[in-house]
Amino acid sequence: MARVVVVTSGKGGVGKTTSTAALGAALAQAGEHVVVVDFDVGLRNLDLVMGAERRVVFDLINVVQGDAKLHQALIRDKRIETLSLLPASQTRDKDALKPEGVAKVIAELREKFDWVICDSPAGIERGATLAMRHADIAVVVTNPEVSSVRDSDRIIGLLDSKTERAERGERIDKHLLLARYDAVRATRGEMLKVEDVLEILSIPLLGIIPESEDVLRASNLGVPVTLNSPASAPTRAYLDAARRLRGETVVMTFPSQKRSLISRLLGRKAIA
Amino acid sequence: MNLFSFFRRRRSAPVARERLQVLLSHERGNGGDSELLAVLRDEILRVISAHLTIDDDKVQVKLERGQAVSLLEIDIEVPGRLDQQIRKRRRPTGPPLLPAPST
Ligand SMILES: Nc1ncnc2c1ncn2[C@@H]1O[C@H](COP(=O)(O)OP(=O)(O)OP(=O)(O)O)[C@@H](O)[C@H]1O
Ligand SMILES: [Mg+2]
Repeated sequence: MARVVVVTSGKGGVGKTTSTAALGAALAQAGEHVVVVDFDVGLRNLDLVMGAERRVVFDLINVVQGDAKLHQALIRDKRIETLSLLPASQTRDKDALKPEGVAKVIAELREKFDWVICDSPAGIERGATLAMRHADIAVVVTNPEVSSVRDSDRIIGLLDSKTERAERGERIDKHLLLARYDAVRATRGEMLKVEDVLEILSIPLLGIIPESEDVLRASNLGVPVTLNSPASAPTRAYLDAARRLRGETVVMTFPSQKRSLISRLLGRKAIA
Repeated sequence: MNLFSFFRRRRSAPVARERLQVLLSHERGNGGDSELLAVLRDEILRVISAHLTIDDDKVQVKLERGQAVSLLEIDIEVPGRLDQQIRKRRRPTGPPLLPAPST
């Protein structure tokens, strides 16, 4: 049965889009049929991160409004056969996204795919609540930093009240994805520790994604980081997180502070 | 990161710059082209469906935006043999679309 996942946070710029692309790619690399859906109407970016920006023809709003069929708006990834993208509209207003239309599209996507991963816009307004509306699973992306944790708490409250599942009195599966984690700054006591964030938000941990230049490079090239740097620390973290989403038990690895040869030569610290 | 990967690594920022230039040159001009593409799709389908039976669900519009040229591709899946389809649907008064079969 298909699972609908919302990648959400409240706060902007914490790594939702990056994580949507990476988790989507990781699940698809494992053979699952995956569609990543951009809900950030007016400010789409998932197409850029996925490297499909030149191939967008129709978008979510065209489908919702009946100007295009779903299959005409879906963009098949050129690298992973089982991965597709449903882009957001860049020009339309987010009010063009109507709840009934979204419900229909999600129902149709459930028929076609194993995983429907919705990249939420920042904020707690309409766009964010529509993105989470039909979710079975929520990935709450949080940075180890006070305002991000507070916004995540707010989002968790919305997940427990505004989703279809919550309204039916069912549980929505919530997971914490701690992103942009800087082990150096955490050990120096400049950033909230993993335990602190977990204790405050008290939802299970899906993974810890280290702050990494591999992520930046991947988005420059328009390739999900799991494909672009298969051996990197963020890739390992995303692959493990994807396995946990599939229900596997995977031992959590904590990003450690390790100084590599070159960074020692340069007198800098790197995250392994 | 080790010494080897440090030197081998391709710089990614120039690629990012080039991708953005192409994308923005398209986005700035027409504020998104999905309306134009929908019109093109519908008109092309209207012309073709005067001669062929086509199923809306078997029509795929593809686009690859480029700096100098863009590639617009419209794939239409037609059931059976194309020549049979055309003969079946040909208007009696119009000019023949295909030379008459030799047999
Ligand atoms: N693990 C990471 N290491 C380094 N940079 C990262 C990491 N994760 C995300 N980033 C960078 O942070 C920025 C914001 O990431 P992203 O766009 O994924 O966030 P977002 O939550 O989707 O933002 P928005 O709320 O605007 O949609 C991007 O420049 C991205 O490359
Ligand atoms: Mg985003």
